[in-house]
Parts: sequence; C-alpha cells; structure tokens
Amino acid sequence: MDLEFGPQYEDFRREVRSFLDDHKPKKMREVGSKEGRKALIEWLTLLIEHGYWARTIPREYGGYGAEPDLLETVIMDEEFNRVGVARGMPAQGPSMLVPTLLEHGTEEQKTRWIGPTMRAEVMWCQGYSEPGSGSDLASLQTAARDDGDDFLINGQKIWTSSADKSEMIFVLVRTDPDAKKHAGISYILAPMDAPGIEVQPMRTMSGGLGENSFNQVFFTDVRVPRSNIVGKRGEGWKIANTTLKHERNSLNSNGEGTLVRLMKLMNQEIANGVTAMASPVYRDRLMKLQARVLTMKHHGMRMLTCSLKGESPGVAGLVAKLQNCQLNFDMSALAIDVMGELGGLYDHTKYERDRGYWQTHSFFSLGLIIGGGTAQIQKNIIAERGLGMPREPKPAKA
Amino acid sequence: MDFGLSEDQQLLEETVRKFLSDQVPISKVREIRDAVERDREGGCPNDRKTWSLLAELGVTGILVPEAQGGSNLALLDAALVSQALGHAATPVPFLTSSVMAPIALRELGGAETEAWLAGTAKGSSTFGIAATEAFSVREGAGVVMDGSVLQGKAMMAMDSLEADFILLSLGKDRLAVIRGDADGLSKARLITTDLTRCTTELTLVNVTPEVVYDDAGDGISRMFDAGRIALAADVLGACESMIEQAVAYSLVRKQFDRVIGSFQAVKHMCAEMIAELEPARSLVWYAAHSFDSMPGEATLMAAHALAHLSEIGREIASVSTQVHGGIGWTDEQNLHFWFKRISSARHMLGGPEFLRNRAAELQGLVPAA
Repeated sequence: MDLEFGPQYEDFRREVRSFLDDHKPKKMREVGSKEGRKALIEWLTLLIEHGYWARTIPREYGGYGAEPDLLETVIMDEEFNRVGVARGMPAQGPSMLVPTLLEHGTEEQKTRWIGPTMRAEVMWCQGYSEPGSGSDLASLQTAARDDGDDFLINGQKIWTSSADKSEMIFVLVRTDPDAKKHAGISYILAPMDAPGIEVQPMRTMSGGLGENSFNQVFFTDVRVPRSNIVGKRGEGWKIANTTLKHERNSLNSNGEGTLVRLMKLMNQEIANGVTAMASPVYRDRLMKLQARVLTMKHHGMRMLTCSLKGESPGVAGLVAKLQNCQLNFDMSALAIDVMGELGGLYDHTKYERDRGYWQTHSFFSLGLIIGGGTAQIQKNIIAERGLGMPREPKPAKA
Repeated sequence: MDFGLSEDQQLLEETVRKFLSDQVPISKVREIRDAVERDREGGCPNDRKTWSLLAELGVTGILVPEAQGGSNLALLDAALVSQALGHAATPVPFLTSSVMAPIALRELGGAETEAWLAGTAKGSSTFGIAATEAFSVREGAGVVMDGSVLQGKAMMAMDSLEADFILLSLGKDRLAVIRGDADGLSKARLITTDLTRCTTELTLVNVTPEVVYDDAGDGISRMFDAGRIALAADVLGACESMIEQAVAYSLVRKQFDRVIGSFQAVKHMCAEMIAELEPARSLVWYAAHSFDSMPGEATLMAAHALAHLSEIGREIASVSTQVHGGIGWTDEQNLHFWFKRISSARHMLGGPEFLRNRAAELQGLVPAA
C-alpha cells in the first residue's frame, strides 16, 4: 500500500491547478451560454493544446501525443472535479467512437474524424439499440445492402441520445442477412443529414420532449459510401463490444460529490423545526450510503492499481457499473425522502429544492441502471465471465 | 500509487490459507464443535494445538514488536490472517490475543506489558477481552474499582474461559489486566449459536488486578479500531468462503436436467453477492492501511468497515445458504459454521446501527443533546 503519487505527479497537479486558475471562470461561462458551440470548440482546443484533453491521442490525429499515464489522468480528473468543470466533453464521440477508431479505423478515418470529434467540431450519436433489439443487441435488423460503391441502409434505431444535435452517427447494421446473427453485422459511419434519415425525439420520464435529447432514428434508403465501414465487413459485433467496454468504463463515476451534496441538503432541510440530519433514521441511511461510497471509491483505487500494473482484476473488474448506478439512485432516493411532501416538486416550481437536481438525478440514475447494458445483463456477465457459471441454455425450437 | 497487497502480504495470505486448509479443515472444526457441545460446563472451542502451530508459523506475534519476539507487521497483515481464519472458520483467539490485546498493550506501554507481549507472540499465553460494557451495558453488567480490588460482572467476554490474562474495561477510559486464575474470579461459559468462538460471563468478587491503567481512553479506542477492522476482515473471509461454496454447489447440483448454476435466478444471486464482496475487500484493506498510516481516519474507517461488512455479511450468509436449497439448512452441509460466525461477529464489537451512529458522531453530524 502506497497512496502517495510522488513528487513528479505533484508537480503535474500544480500545473493543472494553475491552468484552471487562469482559464476556468471565463471560459466556462462562455461554454455554458446559449451560443456555446463556438466557445466549446475553443475551450476544447485550448485543453488539447495543454494536454488536458485528447492527451494520449497522437498528434497526427489532432491529439496532444503524450504517453498514456493513468496517474496523470486521475490527477486531471480530480482537479477538474474539484472546481466543478468537466474535463473535455463527456459525449459519445470522444468516449466511444474515438477509442474504437484508434483501435480499428483506417488511417484515413483516423485523420479525418478523431481531431474534429475531440474538438466538438463534429458531434456523434450512437445507433445500436432497436425497438426489437435491446439486451439482445446482436439480433438487430437494420440492414445495409450493397448498391454499387455504396450501402443502402434501411431500418430503425432507438434510445439514440443527442441524435437531434449530431452531425454523424456510428451505427450497427446487418450487412449479411444469411450469416449467423453475430457474424452478419458491420460498423458504419453515416452523416445525419443524409437524405432518408429522420429523427424523432422521444419524451423521457425526466422531462419535456427532446430535453434529454433521446430519439428514434429512421433510415429509409440512406446512401453511405462503402468506405465508411470501420473494420472489416461482418466484424461489427466485435468492434461494438470494444465500444461498449468504453461506455461501461465511462459510466463508472463514483458518488463522492453526490454524497457531499446530499449531506449539505440534509443539514439545510428543516421539518418540524429540526434538520433532516438531526433525525437518527435519515442519518443512519446517510451513513449506510457513505460506507458504500467509500467502498466504491477504494474499489476504484484498487482497479486503478490493477491497470497500472497490467494485472487482471478478475471478477472484481466487472462489478463497478452495477454497484455505482444503484448507489447513485439510492442517494437521490434519500434526498427526495428528506424533502418529504415537497419531494415531488419539479420543473422550477415554488419551494422546489436544489432546482430539481435530485428528481432529475433520480430519473437519470434509473436510466443508467438500464442503459449501457442493464443491471440484469451485468449480472449475467459477472456470473458467466467472472464466476464461470454457464450460459442459460437456448430453448429448444418449437 | 499502489493500492494493493505487497508480495510479502500475498505470500503471508497464501501461507496461512494453505496451513489452515491442511491443518484445520472443516471436518476438524466439526470435531471441535462436537466436543464443546458435549461439555456444557467447560468447552472452550479455541484449539490449543492449532494455536501453537500458528505460533510456530509466527502468526500469533504479528503485531508484537521485534524486541518482544514478534514480527511487528502492520494491521493490514493481521487483517489478512483474520480473513484467512474467517475463511476457514477456525476457532482460535487471534482477534483477542494477537490483535486487540497487543494493540492495547503497546498503546499503554509500561514495563509489565513487555512480558505479556512476549507471551502472546510465543503463543505461550493468551489474552481474553472483556470490554463489551465499554459500548453496551445490559443486565446491570460492568466492572468497577472498589478501593484496590475489582467488583462486578462482565458479559459476553471474548476468549476468556481459558485465557491466561484478561483485559477488562472499567467504564469508558480505564483498563485493567487480571490473571485468568485470579482469586475471586469465576467464569461461566455462555453457549452461543456460533461454536467457533468462545463467549464467557465473568463475575469478579474482590479480584486484585495485575495492573490498572487510568486515562486509557486512547488505548481502548485503538484496541476497538484494530479489533473492528480485523473482525470485518474475518467476516470478509467467511463471506468469501460461502460464495465459493455456493458457486461450486450450483455447478454440480442438477434440477430440471440442468445444473442449477445455469438458471439466471441462481446466477444473479451469485453475481449480487460477489458484486458486494469484491469492493468490500478494498474497504477493509483501506481501513487496515489507515490504522497505521492515517490514524486520524482509522476510527471512522473501522466503524464503517465493520458496519458495512456486517450488512453485506448477513445477506451473503443468507443467500449463499439459499443457493444450496434444503441441504444448505442441514448440519451436514457445514455452511452453518460460517453463517453463525458471520452472525455472531455482527454484535461482538458493536452492531451496525451503533457503529453508524459512531461514524456520524465522529464527523460532527449528531447534534448535541
């Protein structure tokens, strides 16, 4: 056990702090404004110049070109979190497409897409799930048929976050209808303004139509050059799995910040003349949650150490998404409970607490329990890959 | 930055586990259990033979300074031994004689403690702990100084029936050491569901202590911190064993022409258990590490670690038994040894509700009355 980072890393931490002191307030105000896209691009470009975003992406693809160093990543995340600024842009392009292109893309694809994606010049959405293919993603039916030098795509995608704000989509399609289900899938890049693509926003439990940017995407004879395929034809399933791995990693945020916010609420929320914190019942629930937050925090440190040493964490490496998403949901549940009869107030109505943060957080964490591989699929993965338990046998064909 | 076990620690863990699986398989625990069950009057389950072999292995003096013949290792090392003992459900007084007593004695200092520490390291003498009343007083229990002698009753004393010495709490900030064969001390075994641990009621009438430590608040606090962390590790090890047994059983037991481990209902039970257990391992490691490296955090971490392990422990003990179905409920299947060990740990050094309230107090979250 050695929880020190060492002098070289503490120097790095000072650099990051001083950068944030110099740049944070002004830039963030602009990025948060309505005409934010231009400011966002400038902010991300500045971050890349200093190596705080796209840090390990090679320079020729628009990155900063540093050697991978997990501790530097941890320090950057800690420092940005400390001042409440997102490090870069937590969107599906940078977190899912870019790692996939780095691993499977052609030279031309990497040069063309990685830099603009990291700078938010091109926004991406992910076209995986379909109405009939959720947990059983590999049964997807959206088809890409050969037509000269192009694919013609027909079908429908669902749960497509940000489709209405994206320039591009990375989409899984069936290129070989006769192959076995996992083998007939390809991974294709398509522009969202291609004729035949129609985006239909969906209203979710957390708010108004389109507010969370959740959509269905319909494809009718959408023409895409065959060179837009990533990896080989029929390898889309394998490639998508590397992407999903990136998604699960990116959903692993721990709850320390949320817990601090919850404690603040409990110290402020007063019913019958006493704070929620003064109630032994609520306090006991809070302490239970704190133990879980501490557990997941140190679990994260252990997993980080495994990565640093190149050791496999075994089954321990498969549990964080399942545990953290439920933990977040449970924290918002306590927050809403301490508000009591005011817990249902929403949409910036009178007496609403924390501008509706906890209600949104509750809906959103429920969404994350389901999204990115449901809790039940996670449990299958843990049991099968982690504990060596057999897959459920397929039912005999009738 | 290295959050994990050193090579030496991994080796220690392997060595102790190998030793226990060779020397104290569950069939041996069952023999011990049968013997103490036959002898209601005597019947301390702590196994002397195993204890002397552990002493030869150097485990008993793990927290004792080298000058007194110990190996002067860290609480994390002791927690790994404790975890292995929980994994094997071994009846030995490690928590008391090798963790709580040495930590208290080291904290208290004084010439007399050196011989006692040397004795625990060698395995030639053991210490019981009678400190339940420091956090929970029931049935009018409590031992007090009456002039120069001790009077009163200590309930649920740990490992005290056959101990050479007993560390007694007198209220919240005094500790006394008495001899196990002191005049005026009577010991009555209390039969508990968990027969891998030794629980005793002590009655003291005009007992002359070997020594009394005033202002021992810090010593008591450190003793409980170390004890809670080591006990959490014991629960962790017991849970580990129960999950291993549940998964192994699910892969051989067939119903409806399939191994039951291929049913999602059973897989999800096992996945939920391991998803709780693996992160909890990191919590216990960190708590143990904090005891030596960040003592300011240790009391809070000890309270959280034991409370959390008590909660997930109860669930894992129940669910892993359920995976076995009816056979899991029988005496023959052995699971109950771990189930009961986990259950008794839940209240030995403060139950989860008490510990969480303690955690809140430590953070200033409990308003002054």
